[in-house]
Amino acid sequence: MNSATNSGRALPWALVTPALGWTLLFFVLPFVAMGFSSLTAHDGGGFTRANYSQFFTNPAYWQALVNSLQVTAIVTVISVLLAYPFAWILAEQVPERWQRLALMLAVLPFWTSYVVRSYSWLLVLAQNGVINRALTGSGLFSEPLQLANTRLATVTGFVHFFVMLLTLTIFANLKQLSPSYRKAAADLGAGPVRTFLHVVLPLTLPGIMVGAFLTFVLCIGDYITPQILGGNNELLMPQLVMMQIGRRGDFPLASALSIILMAVVTIAYLACARWLKIERA
Amino acid sequence: MRALVRIVSWLYAVAIYGFIFLPVVVLVLFSLQATSFPIPPFTGPSLRWYDAVLADTRLTSALVNSLLVAALSSAAAVTLGFLSAWGFARFALPGSALLRGLITLPLTVSYLIIGMGLLVLFNWAGVPKSLLAAGIGHVVINLPLCFAIIYSQMGDHQINIERAARDLGAPEWKVLLLITVPVMAPAIFAGFFLSMTFSWDEFVISFLLTRFDTTLPVEIWNLLRSGLNPKTNAVGSLVFAVSIVLVVFFELMLLRRKPA
Repeated sequence: MNSATNSGRALPWALVTPALGWTLLFFVLPFVAMGFSSLTAHDGGGFTRANYSQFFTNPAYWQALVNSLQVTAIVTVISVLLAYPFAWILAEQVPERWQRLALMLAVLPFWTSYVVRSYSWLLVLAQNGVINRALTGSGLFSEPLQLANTRLATVTGFVHFFVMLLTLTIFANLKQLSPSYRKAAADLGAGPVRTFLHVVLPLTLPGIMVGAFLTFVLCIGDYITPQILGGNNELLMPQLVMMQIGRRGDFPLASALSIILMAVVTIAYLACARWLKIERA
Repeated sequence: MRALVRIVSWLYAVAIYGFIFLPVVVLVLFSLQATSFPIPPFTGPSLRWYDAVLADTRLTSALVNSLLVAALSSAAAVTLGFLSAWGFARFALPGSALLRGLITLPLTVSYLIIGMGLLVLFNWAGVPKSLLAAGIGHVVINLPLCFAIIYSQMGDHQINIERAARDLGAPEWKVLLLITVPVMAPAIFAGFFLSMTFSWDEFVISFLLTRFDTTLPVEIWNLLRSGLNPKTNAVGSLVFAVSIVLVVFFELMLLRRKPA
Protein backbone atom coordinates (compact mmCIF):
# COMPACT_ATOMS: atom_id res chain seq x y z
CA MET A 1 0.00 0.00 0.00
CA ASN A 2 2.75 2.29 1.01
CA SER A 3 4.71 1.64 -2.15
CA ALA A 4 1.56 2.25 -4.20
CA THR A 5 1.14 5.75 -2.81
CA ASN A 6 4.84 6.36 -3.34
CA SER A 7 4.64 5.37 -6.97
CA GLY A 8 1.44 7.39 -7.21
CA ARG A 9 3.44 10.44 -6.24
CA ALA A 10 6.47 9.50 -8.32
CA LEU A 11 4.61 8.94 -11.59
CA PRO A 12 3.63 12.56 -12.39
CA TRP A 13 7.18 13.75 -11.82
CA ALA A 14 8.53 10.90 -13.91
CA LEU A 15 6.30 12.15 -16.73
CA VAL A 16 7.24 15.82 -16.61
CA THR A 17 10.90 15.60 -15.57
CA PRO A 18 12.37 14.62 -18.96
CA ALA A 19 10.84 17.66 -20.69
CA LEU A 20 11.75 20.00 -17.83
CA GLY A 21 15.26 18.57 -17.67
CA TRP A 22 15.73 19.03 -21.39
CA THR A 23 14.56 22.64 -21.21
CA LEU A 24 16.83 23.39 -18.24
CA LEU A 25 19.86 21.67 -19.72
CA PHE A 26 19.63 22.85 -23.34
CA PHE A 27 17.74 26.13 -23.07
CA VAL A 28 18.24 27.71 -19.64
CA LEU A 29 21.82 26.55 -19.07
CA PRO A 30 23.03 27.77 -22.52
CA PHE A 31 21.45 31.08 -21.71
CA VAL A 32 23.36 31.29 -18.44
CA ALA A 33 26.54 30.28 -20.28
CA MET A 34 25.92 33.03 -22.82
CA GLY A 35 25.40 35.54 -20.00
CA PHE A 36 28.72 34.57 -18.42
CA SER A 37 30.49 34.57 -21.75
CA SER A 38 29.22 38.07 -22.55
CA LEU A 39 30.95 39.34 -19.40
CA THR A 40 34.38 37.98 -20.31
CA ALA A 41 36.99 39.35 -22.68
CA HIS A 42 37.75 37.63 -25.99
CA ASP A 43 41.43 37.22 -25.07
CA GLY A 44 40.80 35.80 -21.59
CA GLY A 45 41.08 37.49 -18.21
CA GLY A 46 38.43 38.30 -15.62
CA PHE A 47 34.99 39.80 -15.83
CA THR A 48 34.49 42.91 -17.88
CA ARG A 49 31.67 45.11 -19.17
CA ALA A 50 33.70 45.87 -22.28
CA ASN A 51 31.47 43.93 -24.68
CA TYR A 52 28.40 45.90 -23.69
CA SER A 53 30.10 49.27 -23.52
CA GLN A 54 31.62 48.54 -26.94
CA PHE A 55 28.11 48.18 -28.32
CA PHE A 56 26.95 51.50 -26.93
CA THR A 57 30.07 53.45 -27.93
CA ASN A 58 30.82 51.99 -31.36
CA PRO A 59 28.47 53.71 -33.85
CA ALA A 60 28.81 50.83 -36.33
CA TYR A 61 27.28 48.39 -33.81
CA TRP A 62 24.68 50.84 -32.66
CA GLN A 63 23.74 51.45 -36.29
CA ALA A 64 23.02 47.74 -36.80
CA LEU A 65 20.33 47.87 -34.13
CA VAL A 66 18.85 51.03 -35.64
CA ASN A 67 18.83 49.37 -39.09
CA SER A 68 17.18 46.27 -37.65
CA LEU A 69 14.46 48.28 -35.94
CA GLN A 70 13.81 50.36 -39.06
CA VAL A 71 13.64 47.35 -41.40
CA THR A 72 11.42 45.44 -38.97
CA ALA A 73 9.04 48.39 -38.55
CA ILE A 74 8.79 48.96 -42.33
CA VAL A 75 8.24 45.24 -42.97
CA THR A 76 5.56 44.93 -40.28
CA VAL A 77 3.58 47.95 -41.49
CA ILE A 78 3.74 47.06 -45.22
CA SER A 79 2.90 43.40 -44.54
CA VAL A 80 -0.17 44.24 -42.47
CA LEU A 81 -1.37 46.81 -45.03
CA LEU A 82 -0.99 44.34 -47.91
CA ALA A 83 -2.32 41.28 -46.08
CA TYR A 84 -5.46 42.76 -44.51
CA PRO A 85 -7.32 43.58 -47.75
CA PHE A 86 -6.18 40.27 -49.24
CA ALA A 87 -7.46 38.28 -46.24
CA TRP A 88 -10.70 40.29 -46.37
CA ILE A 89 -11.18 39.44 -50.06
CA LEU A 90 -10.54 35.75 -49.38
CA ALA A 91 -12.99 35.74 -46.48
CA GLU A 92 -15.73 37.95 -47.95
CA GLN A 93 -15.56 37.94 -51.74
CA VAL A 94 -14.48 34.39 -52.57
CA PRO A 95 -17.36 31.86 -52.53
CA GLU A 96 -17.34 29.64 -49.43
CA ARG A 97 -16.48 26.39 -51.23
CA TRP A 98 -13.38 27.86 -52.89
CA GLN A 99 -12.02 29.56 -49.79
CA ARG A 100 -9.99 26.64 -48.49
CA LEU A 101 -8.33 26.18 -51.88
CA ALA A 102 -7.75 29.93 -52.31
CA LEU A 103 -6.11 30.11 -48.90
CA MET A 104 -3.96 27.04 -49.51
CA LEU A 105 -2.76 28.54 -52.78
CA ALA A 106 -2.04 31.87 -51.10
CA VAL A 107 0.34 30.24 -48.63
CA LEU A 108 1.83 27.58 -50.90
CA PRO A 109 5.24 29.29 -51.32
CA PHE A 110 5.36 29.38 -47.50
CA TRP A 111 6.54 25.79 -47.81
CA THR A 112 9.55 26.48 -49.98
CA SER A 113 12.71 26.17 -47.99
CA TYR A 114 13.59 29.34 -46.19
CA VAL A 115 17.07 29.65 -47.71
CA VAL A 116 15.67 28.90 -51.17
CA ARG A 117 12.96 31.57 -50.85
CA SER A 118 15.54 34.34 -50.42
CA TYR A 119 17.62 32.91 -53.27
CA SER A 120 14.53 32.98 -55.50
CA TRP A 121 14.12 36.70 -54.86
CA LEU A 122 17.76 37.16 -55.79
CA LEU A 123 16.94 35.57 -59.18
CA VAL A 124 14.11 38.07 -59.61
CA LEU A 125 16.02 41.15 -58.46
CA ALA A 126 19.55 40.48 -59.75
CA GLN A 127 21.39 42.85 -62.10
CA ASN A 128 20.47 40.64 -65.07
CA GLY A 129 17.45 39.05 -63.40
CA VAL A 130 13.83 38.86 -64.47
CA ILE A 131 12.74 42.37 -63.46
CA ASN A 132 15.75 44.15 -64.91
CA ARG A 133 15.49 42.19 -68.17
CA ALA A 134 11.83 43.13 -68.42
CA LEU A 135 12.54 46.81 -67.72
CA THR A 136 15.46 47.16 -70.12
CA GLY A 137 13.83 44.89 -72.71
CA SER A 138 10.70 47.01 -72.83
CA GLY A 139 12.81 50.14 -73.26
CA LEU A 140 11.59 51.74 -70.02
CA PHE A 141 15.11 51.91 -68.67
CA SER A 142 18.37 51.81 -70.59
CA GLU A 143 20.44 50.69 -67.59
CA PRO A 144 19.53 47.89 -65.17
CA LEU A 145 18.53 49.09 -61.71
CA GLN A 146 20.45 48.19 -58.58
CA LEU A 147 17.77 46.11 -56.85
CA ALA A 148 19.68 43.25 -55.20
CA ASN A 149 21.98 43.99 -52.24
CA THR A 150 19.81 46.86 -51.08
CA ARG A 151 17.48 47.44 -48.18
CA LEU A 152 14.62 47.30 -50.71
CA ALA A 153 15.57 43.69 -51.52
CA THR A 154 15.66 42.71 -47.84
CA VAL A 155 12.27 44.33 -47.24
CA THR A 156 10.78 42.62 -50.33
CA GLY A 157 11.98 39.20 -49.20
CA PHE A 158 10.59 39.73 -45.71
CA VAL A 159 7.26 41.18 -46.88
CA HIS A 160 6.78 38.20 -49.19
CA PHE A 161 6.99 35.82 -46.24
CA PHE A 162 5.00 37.87 -43.74
CA VAL A 163 2.15 38.68 -46.14
CA MET A 164 1.51 34.93 -46.28
CA LEU A 165 1.75 34.52 -42.51
CA LEU A 166 -0.49 37.53 -41.77
CA THR A 167 -3.02 36.52 -44.41
CA LEU A 168 -3.44 33.25 -42.52
CA THR A 169 -3.89 34.87 -39.11
CA ILE A 170 -6.14 37.73 -40.29
CA PHE A 171 -8.26 35.36 -42.40
CA ALA A 172 -8.82 33.17 -39.32
CA ASN A 173 -9.80 36.28 -37.38
CA LEU A 174 -12.33 37.49 -39.96
CA LYS A 175 -13.90 34.04 -40.14
CA GLN A 176 -14.30 33.84 -36.37
CA LEU A 177 -16.27 37.06 -36.38
CA SER A 178 -19.91 36.25 -35.80
CA PRO A 179 -22.10 37.49 -38.70
CA SER A 180 -24.64 38.78 -36.16
CA TYR A 181 -22.40 41.80 -35.42
CA ARG A 182 -22.60 42.85 -39.03
CA LYS A 183 -26.34 42.20 -39.18
CA ALA A 184 -26.82 44.29 -36.07
CA ALA A 185 -24.82 47.16 -37.58
CA ALA A 186 -26.84 46.93 -40.80
CA ASP A 187 -30.13 46.86 -38.85
CA LEU A 188 -29.08 50.01 -37.05
CA GLY A 189 -28.60 51.70 -40.41
CA ALA A 190 -24.84 51.55 -40.95
CA GLY A 191 -23.66 51.17 -44.54
CA PRO A 192 -20.97 48.64 -45.51
CA VAL A 193 -18.15 51.17 -45.11
CA ARG A 194 -19.26 52.30 -41.66
CA THR A 195 -19.84 48.70 -40.59
CA PHE A 196 -16.31 47.86 -41.63
CA LEU A 197 -14.67 50.86 -39.98
CA HIS A 198 -16.63 50.79 -36.74
CA VAL A 199 -17.37 47.09 -36.26
CA VAL A 200 -15.21 44.69 -38.29
CA LEU A 201 -11.89 46.54 -38.08
CA PRO A 202 -11.93 47.16 -34.30
CA LEU A 203 -12.98 43.57 -33.63
CA THR A 204 -10.11 42.15 -35.71
CA LEU A 205 -7.53 44.55 -34.27
CA PRO A 206 -6.36 42.23 -31.45
CA GLY A 207 -5.67 39.51 -34.03
CA ILE A 208 -3.73 41.98 -36.14
CA MET A 209 -1.67 42.96 -33.12
CA VAL A 210 -0.76 39.33 -32.42
CA GLY A 211 0.22 38.82 -36.07
CA ALA A 212 2.21 42.06 -36.13
CA PHE A 213 4.07 41.07 -32.96
CA LEU A 214 4.89 37.66 -34.45
CA THR A 215 6.19 39.44 -37.55
CA PHE A 216 8.34 41.71 -35.40
CA VAL A 217 9.89 38.83 -33.43
CA LEU A 218 10.58 36.60 -36.45
CA CYS A 219 11.83 39.49 -38.59
CA ILE A 220 14.26 41.05 -36.13
CA GLY A 221 15.94 37.69 -35.39
CA ASP A 222 16.36 36.55 -38.98
CA TYR A 223 19.83 36.20 -40.45
CA ILE A 224 19.22 34.59 -43.85
CA THR A 225 17.04 37.18 -45.60
CA PRO A 226 19.24 40.25 -44.97
CA GLN A 227 22.41 38.23 -45.60
CA ILE A 228 21.29 36.88 -49.00
CA LEU A 229 19.25 39.83 -50.26
CA GLY A 230 20.74 42.83 -48.48
CA GLY A 231 24.34 41.74 -48.83
CA ASN A 232 26.84 43.45 -46.58
CA ASN A 233 26.03 47.02 -47.58
CA GLU A 234 24.21 47.64 -44.34
CA LEU A 235 24.32 45.24 -41.43
CA LEU A 236 21.37 44.14 -39.33
CA MET A 237 21.78 42.80 -35.79
CA PRO A 238 21.73 39.06 -36.64
CA GLN A 239 24.37 39.64 -39.33
CA LEU A 240 26.52 41.47 -36.79
CA VAL A 241 26.18 38.56 -34.33
CA MET A 242 27.10 35.96 -36.95
CA MET A 243 30.02 38.05 -38.12
CA GLN A 244 31.61 37.93 -34.64
CA ILE A 245 31.52 34.13 -34.69
CA GLY A 246 32.43 33.63 -38.33
CA ARG A 247 35.36 35.92 -38.86
CA ARG A 248 36.83 36.43 -35.43
CA GLY A 249 35.53 33.63 -33.23
CA ASP A 250 34.62 36.31 -30.70
CA PHE A 251 32.06 34.40 -28.64
CA PRO A 252 31.87 36.93 -25.78
CA LEU A 253 30.94 39.82 -28.09
CA ALA A 254 28.51 37.62 -30.04
CA SER A 255 26.90 36.61 -26.73
CA ALA A 256 26.58 40.23 -25.60
CA LEU A 257 24.99 41.23 -28.93
CA SER A 258 22.55 38.28 -28.73
CA ILE A 259 21.50 39.31 -25.25
CA ILE A 260 20.97 42.91 -26.38
CA LEU A 261 18.85 41.66 -29.29
CA MET A 262 16.79 39.56 -26.91
CA ALA A 263 16.38 42.47 -24.52
CA VAL A 264 14.96 44.57 -27.37
CA VAL A 265 12.39 41.88 -28.18
CA THR A 266 11.46 41.59 -24.51
CA ILE A 267 10.97 45.35 -24.23
CA ALA A 268 8.79 45.29 -27.35
CA TYR A 269 6.78 42.46 -25.82
CA LEU A 270 6.25 44.31 -22.55
CA ALA A 271 5.29 47.45 -24.46
CA CYS A 272 2.56 45.63 -26.41
CA ALA A 273 1.64 43.10 -23.71
CA ARG A 274 -1.72 44.66 -22.98
CA TRP A 275 -2.75 44.43 -26.64
CA LEU A 276 -1.48 40.90 -26.90
CA LYS A 277 -3.90 39.23 -24.54
CA ILE A 278 -4.89 36.18 -26.48
CA GLU A 279 -8.47 35.68 -25.51
CA ARG A 280 -9.86 32.21 -25.21
CA ALA A 281 -13.35 31.66 -26.55
CA MET B 1 -20.77 50.17 -56.07
CA ARG B 2 -20.91 46.45 -55.39
CA ALA B 3 -19.63 45.66 -58.90
CA LEU B 4 -16.79 48.12 -58.46
CA VAL B 5 -15.76 46.49 -55.17
CA ARG B 6 -15.74 43.12 -56.93
CA ILE B 7 -13.53 44.34 -59.77
CA VAL B 8 -11.07 46.08 -57.45
CA SER B 9 -11.02 42.98 -55.24
CA TRP B 10 -10.22 40.76 -58.19
CA LEU B 11 -7.42 43.02 -59.41
CA TYR B 12 -5.96 43.24 -55.92
CA ALA B 13 -6.14 39.48 -55.33
CA VAL B 14 -4.49 38.77 -58.69
CA ALA B 15 -1.71 41.26 -57.91
CA ILE B 16 -1.02 39.68 -54.51
CA TYR B 17 -1.10 36.16 -55.93
CA GLY B 18 1.33 37.37 -58.58
CA PHE B 19 3.67 38.79 -55.93
CA ILE B 20 3.46 35.60 -53.86
CA PHE B 21 4.11 33.27 -56.79
CA LEU B 22 6.66 35.33 -58.76
CA PRO B 23 9.81 34.01 -57.03
CA VAL B 24 8.56 30.40 -56.98
CA VAL B 25 7.70 30.42 -60.68
CA VAL B 26 11.09 31.94 -61.53
CA LEU B 27 12.83 29.37 -59.32
CA VAL B 28 11.13 26.35 -60.92
CA LEU B 29 11.23 27.71 -64.48
CA PHE B 30 14.97 28.37 -64.44
CA SER B 31 15.71 25.04 -62.79
CA LEU B 32 14.85 23.69 -66.27
CA GLN B 33 17.41 26.00 -67.92
CA ALA B 34 19.66 24.29 -70.49
CA THR B 35 22.54 26.79 -70.19
CA SER B 36 24.66 27.70 -67.16
CA PHE B 37 22.90 30.79 -65.81
CA PRO B 38 19.39 30.90 -64.32
CA ILE B 39 18.59 34.27 -65.93
CA PRO B 40 16.50 35.24 -68.97
CA PRO B 41 16.22 34.25 -71.75
CA PHE B 42 14.88 30.79 -70.93
CA THR B 43 16.80 28.16 -72.89
CA GLY B 44 15.20 24.92 -71.66
CA PRO B 45 13.49 22.78 -70.85
CA SER B 46 16.26 20.48 -69.79
CA LEU B 47 16.72 18.15 -66.82
CA ARG B 48 20.51 18.42 -66.78
CA TRP B 49 20.60 20.37 -63.47
CA TYR B 50 18.40 17.80 -61.77
CA ASP B 51 20.86 15.13 -62.92
CA ALA B 52 23.66 17.28 -61.51
CA VAL B 53 21.89 17.51 -58.13
CA LEU B 54 21.25 13.77 -57.91
CA ALA B 55 24.87 13.06 -58.87
CA ASP B 56 26.19 15.39 -56.16
CA THR B 57 26.91 13.17 -53.17
CA ARG B 58 27.29 16.17 -50.83
CA LEU B 59 23.71 17.20 -51.56
CA THR B 60 22.23 13.71 -51.45
CA SER B 61 23.95 12.87 -48.17
CA ALA B 62 22.85 16.24 -46.75
CA LEU B 63 19.30 15.31 -47.76
CA VAL B 64 19.55 12.00 -45.91
CA ASN B 65 21.05 13.83 -42.89
CA SER B 66 18.18 16.33 -42.93
CA LEU B 67 15.55 13.58 -43.02
CA LEU B 68 17.29 11.69 -40.20
CA VAL B 69 17.68 14.74 -37.97
CA ALA B 70 14.08 15.80 -38.67
CA ALA B 71 12.60 12.35 -37.96
CA LEU B 72 14.63 11.61 -34.83
CA SER B 73 14.45 15.08 -33.25
CA SER B 74 10.69 15.25 -33.94
CA ALA B 75 10.19 11.81 -32.39
CA ALA B 76 12.11 12.93 -29.31
CA ALA B 77 10.25 16.27 -29.12
CA VAL B 78 6.83 14.66 -29.48
CA THR B 79 7.64 11.96 -26.88
CA LEU B 80 8.88 14.46 -24.29
CA GLY B 81 6.00 16.81 -25.15
CA PHE B 82 3.38 14.10 -24.87
CA LEU B 83 4.63 12.68 -21.54
CA SER B 84 4.86 16.11 -19.92
CA ALA B 85 1.46 17.21 -21.31
CA TRP B 86 -0.09 14.05 -19.89
CA GLY B 87 1.59 14.61 -16.52
CA PHE B 88 0.43 18.23 -16.26
CA ALA B 89 -3.10 17.51 -17.50
CA ARG B 90 -3.74 14.53 -15.21
CA PHE B 91 -2.06 15.47 -11.95
CA ALA B 92 -2.15 18.65 -9.92
CA LEU B 93 1.55 19.43 -9.58
CA PRO B 94 2.90 22.20 -7.37
CA GLY B 95 3.96 25.22 -9.43
CA SER B 96 2.28 23.73 -12.47
CA ALA B 97 1.63 27.03 -14.27
CA LEU B 98 5.22 28.16 -13.75
CA LEU B 99 6.68 24.87 -14.98
CA ARG B 100 4.39 24.84 -18.02
CA GLY B 101 5.55 28.38 -18.74
CA LEU B 102 9.16 27.21 -18.56
CA ILE B 103 8.55 24.45 -21.11
CA THR B 104 6.91 26.84 -23.60
CA LEU B 105 9.46 29.63 -23.04
CA PRO B 106 11.75 28.73 -25.99
CA LEU B 107 8.86 29.60 -28.36
CA THR B 108 9.47 33.30 -27.66
CA VAL B 109 13.21 33.27 -28.37
CA SER B 110 14.61 33.47 -31.89
CA TYR B 111 16.46 30.46 -33.31
CA LEU B 112 19.63 32.49 -33.69
CA ILE B 113 19.82 33.08 -29.93
CA ILE B 114 18.99 29.45 -29.06
CA GLY B 115 21.71 28.33 -31.47
CA MET B 116 24.20 30.85 -30.07
CA GLY B 117 23.54 29.70 -26.50
CA LEU B 118 24.08 26.04 -27.40
CA LEU B 119 27.22 26.94 -29.33
CA VAL B 120 28.70 28.74 -26.30
CA LEU B 121 27.68 25.91 -23.93
CA PHE B 122 28.98 23.10 -26.16
CA ASN B 123 32.16 25.06 -26.78
CA TRP B 124 32.81 25.29 -23.05
CA ALA B 125 31.83 21.70 -22.36
CA GLY B 126 34.02 20.48 -25.21
CA VAL B 127 31.14 18.89 -27.14
CA PRO B 128 32.18 18.76 -30.81
CA LYS B 129 30.00 20.17 -33.58
CA SER B 130 27.87 17.40 -35.08
CA LEU B 131 24.47 16.43 -36.41
CA LEU B 132 23.63 15.23 -32.90
CA ALA B 133 24.28 18.73 -31.53
CA ALA B 134 21.99 20.23 -34.20
CA GLY B 135 19.36 17.57 -33.39
CA ILE B 136 19.47 18.58 -29.72
CA GLY B 137 18.82 22.16 -30.81
CA HIS B 138 15.87 21.05 -32.95
CA VAL B 139 14.32 19.28 -29.97
CA VAL B 140 14.67 22.53 -27.99
CA ILE B 141 12.66 24.48 -30.59
CA ASN B 142 10.06 21.77 -31.23
CA LEU B 143 9.39 20.47 -27.71
CA PRO B 144 7.40 23.56 -26.62
CA LEU B 145 5.36 23.35 -29.81
CA CYS B 146 4.51 19.65 -29.32
CA PHE B 147 3.76 20.26 -25.65
CA ALA B 148 1.45 23.21 -26.39
CA ILE B 149 -0.47 21.35 -29.12
CA ILE B 150 -0.95 18.14 -27.13
CA TYR B 151 -1.65 19.87 -23.81
CA SER B 152 -4.33 22.07 -25.37
CA GLN B 153 -6.11 18.96 -26.71
CA MET B 154 -6.22 17.06 -23.42
CA GLY B 155 -9.75 17.38 -22.06
CA ASP B 156 -12.13 15.85 -19.53
CA HIS B 157 -13.44 13.47 -22.15
CA GLN B 158 -10.13 11.67 -22.44
CA ILE B 159 -9.57 11.75 -18.64
CA ASN B 160 -12.91 9.98 -18.19
CA ILE B 161 -12.04 7.19 -20.61
CA GLU B 162 -8.73 6.72 -18.81
CA ARG B 163 -10.51 6.55 -15.47
CA ALA B 164 -12.87 3.91 -16.83
CA ALA B 165 -9.91 1.83 -18.04
CA ARG B 166 -8.20 2.15 -14.67
CA ASP B 167 -11.39 1.16 -12.83
CA LEU B 168 -11.55 -1.94 -14.99
CA GLY B 169 -8.12 -2.89 -13.69
CA ALA B 170 -5.76 -1.71 -16.43
CA PRO B 171 -2.28 -0.91 -15.14
CA GLU B 172 -0.87 2.56 -15.79
CA TRP B 173 1.28 1.55 -18.80
CA LYS B 174 -1.70 -0.16 -20.43
CA VAL B 175 -3.85 2.94 -19.97
CA LEU B 176 -1.10 4.98 -21.59
CA LEU B 177 -0.52 2.73 -24.60
CA LEU B 178 -4.06 1.49 -25.27
CA ILE B 179 -6.17 4.51 -24.29
CA THR B 180 -4.28 7.81 -24.09
CA VAL B 181 -2.02 7.44 -27.12
CA PRO B 182 -4.82 6.35 -29.51
CA VAL B 183 -7.21 9.05 -28.22
CA MET B 184 -4.55 11.73 -28.56
CA ALA B 185 -3.29 10.43 -31.93
CA PRO B 186 -4.43 13.48 -33.98
CA ALA B 187 -2.63 15.94 -31.69
CA ILE B 188 0.46 13.72 -31.51
CA PHE B 189 0.47 13.45 -35.28
CA ALA B 190 0.04 17.22 -35.72
CA GLY B 191 2.92 17.91 -33.33
CA PHE B 192 5.16 15.42 -35.05
CA PHE B 193 4.32 16.73 -38.52
CA LEU B 194 4.89 20.38 -37.60
CA SER B 195 8.17 19.50 -35.91
CA MET B 196 9.27 17.62 -39.03
CA THR B 197 8.63 20.62 -41.28
CA PHE B 198 10.36 23.07 -38.90
CA SER B 199 13.39 20.83 -38.45
CA TRP B 200 13.57 20.05 -42.17
CA ASP B 201 13.74 23.76 -42.97
CA GLU B 202 15.82 24.97 -40.03
CA PHE B 203 19.02 26.74 -40.99
CA VAL B 204 20.74 28.82 -38.35
CA ILE B 205 20.99 26.22 -35.55
CA SER B 206 22.33 23.59 -37.96
CA PHE B 207 24.71 26.14 -39.42
CA LEU B 208 26.14 26.99 -35.99
CA LEU B 209 26.26 23.46 -34.57
CA THR B 210 27.42 21.22 -37.44
CA ARG B 211 30.72 21.14 -39.25
CA PHE B 212 31.41 18.62 -42.06
CA ASP B 213 28.33 16.42 -42.08
CA THR B 214 25.50 18.87 -42.32
CA THR B 215 21.83 19.32 -43.25
CA LEU B 216 20.34 20.27 -46.59
CA PRO B 217 19.57 23.96 -45.88
CA VAL B 218 23.22 24.49 -44.84
CA GLU B 219 24.48 22.66 -47.93
CA ILE B 220 22.20 24.83 -50.12
CA TRP B 221 23.65 27.87 -48.36
CA ASN B 222 27.13 26.62 -49.30
CA LEU B 223 25.97 26.34 -52.92
CA LEU B 224 24.93 30.01 -52.88
CA ARG B 225 28.57 31.04 -52.65
CA SER B 226 28.92 30.13 -56.32
CA GLY B 227 26.36 32.85 -57.16
CA LEU B 228 23.30 32.28 -59.33
CA ASN B 229 23.36 28.67 -60.46
CA PRO B 230 20.60 26.52 -62.03
CA LYS B 231 21.73 23.67 -59.79
CA THR B 232 20.56 25.67 -56.77
CA ASN B 233 17.24 26.18 -58.59
CA ALA B 234 16.94 22.44 -59.14
CA VAL B 235 17.65 21.47 -55.54
CA GLY B 236 15.32 24.25 -54.33
CA SER B 237 12.53 22.99 -56.58
CA LEU B 238 13.03 19.44 -55.29
CA VAL B 239 12.79 20.60 -51.66
CA PHE B 240 9.65 22.55 -52.55
CA ALA B 241 8.13 19.44 -54.17
CA VAL B 242 8.84 17.33 -51.06
CA SER B 243 7.22 19.96 -48.82
CA ILE B 244 4.14 20.18 -51.04
CA VAL B 245 3.71 16.41 -50.95
CA LEU B 246 3.93 16.51 -47.14
CA VAL B 247 1.42 19.36 -46.85
CA VAL B 248 -1.09 17.74 -49.23
CA PHE B 249 -0.70 14.46 -47.35
CA PHE B 250 -1.35 16.27 -44.06
CA GLU B 251 -4.43 18.06 -45.48
CA LEU B 252 -5.85 14.75 -46.70
CA MET B 253 -5.27 13.13 -43.31
CA LEU B 254 -7.06 16.01 -41.61
CA LEU B 255 -9.99 15.93 -44.04
CA ARG B 256 -10.34 12.19 -43.63
CA ARG B 257 -10.49 12.54 -39.85
CA LYS B 258 -13.34 15.02 -39.97
CA PRO B 259 -16.64 13.34 -39.21
CA ALA B 260 -18.82 13.22 -42.31
